[in-house]
Amino acid sequence: MDFYYGLAQLVGVHTLLGLSAYIVLLTGQVSLAQAAFFAIGAYVSAMLTVLAGWHLVPAIGVGALLGAATACGVGFPALRVKGLMLVIATLAFGEGVRIFFFNFDYQIAKGGIKVGPLGGEGFRQIRFFPENGWSTAEVMLFIWMFALLVMLMLWWIDRSRYGAVLRAVGEDDMAAQSVGVNLTAVKVSAMTIGGAIAGIGGGLYAHYTTHIEHSSFNVLVATFAIAYPIVGGLSNVLGTLLAVIFVQGFLVEGLRDLGDWRNLLFGALIVLAMNLRPRGFLDAATLAGIARLFGGRRA
Amino acid sequence: MLELKQVSRHFGGVRAVDGLDLGVKEGEIFGLIGPNGSGKSTTVNLIAGIFPLTSGTILFDGADLGALPTHRRLQAGIARTFQSIRLFGQLTVWQNLWVAQNSPADRAKRGFYARWLGGQSGVRAEIAQLLEFSGLAHKQEELAANLAFGEQRRLELARALAARPKLLLLDEPAAGMNSEEIAQLRERILSLRQRGVTILLVEHVMELVMGVTDRIAVLNFGQKIAEGTPAEVQASPMVRKAYLGGEAA
Repeated sequence: MDFYYGLAQLVGVHTLLGLSAYIVLLTGQVSLAQAAFFAIGAYVSAMLTVLAGWHLVPAIGVGALLGAATACGVGFPALRVKGLMLVIATLAFGEGVRIFFFNFDYQIAKGGIKVGPLGGEGFRQIRFFPENGWSTAEVMLFIWMFALLVMLMLWWIDRSRYGAVLRAVGEDDMAAQSVGVNLTAVKVSAMTIGGAIAGIGGGLYAHYTTHIEHSSFNVLVATFAIAYPIVGGLSNVLGTLLAVIFVQGFLVEGLRDLGDWRNLLFGALIVLAMNLRPRGFLDAATLAGIARLFGGRRA
Repeated sequence: MLELKQVSRHFGGVRAVDGLDLGVKEGEIFGLIGPNGSGKSTTVNLIAGIFPLTSGTILFDGADLGALPTHRRLQAGIARTFQSIRLFGQLTVWQNLWVAQNSPADRAKRGFYARWLGGQSGVRAEIAQLLEFSGLAHKQEELAANLAFGEQRRLELARALAARPKLLLLDEPAAGMNSEEIAQLRERILSLRQRGVTILLVEHVMELVMGVTDRIAVLNFGQKIAEGTPAEVQASPMVRKAYLGGEAA
């Protein structure tokens, strides 16, 4: 059973990672910096619980705030570049943050042993959950509480005027500014919200794995972050969740028995999924179909 | 109401607009015509703030628009349509109008919560009016990308009106329309004028320009070569030369 709880924890955290990219993608910005905000949330909240002895919830809050502040800072220069240029710029930023943590030492002695981040060795012994006696199931529920809250918030945003404006900017930013949309406010706010979500995800990730290091936040993680909402479809937050379940549950865990063949199939199945569902698993047409189905039953 | 003084915009060595003076009075329908590449669309883009001016000034209601960004110009009361239709294709017709409600009146009427985080219920009546005006009420739940060409043009006009502009810049609104659609467009433009909207109409379709405008300016190679009533402009030898080439008759 613990295997499934562990998988559910991973799916929950990766859903947050994917959703952090989802809201940014809505505005048409492809950001490879999400892993960096994820890393900031992870390191900051872990340092607060391990070194400062904070409770996890406020520590995650501070991690999210710092993730948001950093994303806001990235959002302004990001306004000046588009498309591939933005991908390269955010990639460079993400790598910069990773290299920072690769070189980041801040250890203090606690009860005879040294704790804290130690450069390339990583940050070990993030033991908030075991020290407080949380079971795997409780940790899973805790993670999913955050994942569901964020999904609900984004669901609400999607139905609000702000959500429509995000999508309008994503489709044609020149037309959007011509109808009076302040592009700076919209793009930077989306980036900031994305940074906060990634920060929450990072804080949860650090504590359930108990050990983080720079390579947990590399380009592959950044790529996964944008791949989830793209594979899942940008019509709806549930698409991102479906994509995480497909990738982590089926491709990574489900095919583990295949050994080396898994890596080959992994790429092939992603390509196949994108060919079969070019607008993602849950596209507008599918959602309309589901709505009709339920509407029909009610009538 | 709108005044362009010695306005220039150069793209490298190309003088797209060169020392243009233009005055549009409140309540009039002002036509801007000229051959392809004469700088009409560039003029619209300069007024809307898509590119900065190379030199000159643009005054709107007496205030210098200067380096005001595009979205602030809309709040000042200048809305526009595009020559090549630019709708939000994956949004519904209704949502296209919803996101365009950015006039100062809309900002004042609704607080931050209602403007940004609110749902669709509070604004139904206003958008219904716009849909009615454009004859798109039956298509409101359709994605904008799925509309027919003429409907897309109508939606783009309605979207510009959602901002309650004082000045409306129409960049070739009749391009690609058949004569029945042009007649409808003409009715819409005239009814907008009745509501007090000033209109700058950039157009190739003479059938429309000559019928609705009060005054016309003619551009060629970024410069104004004639200005006057439709009849005066039609009689101008310079205009004939610009359109037909060769020696002035």
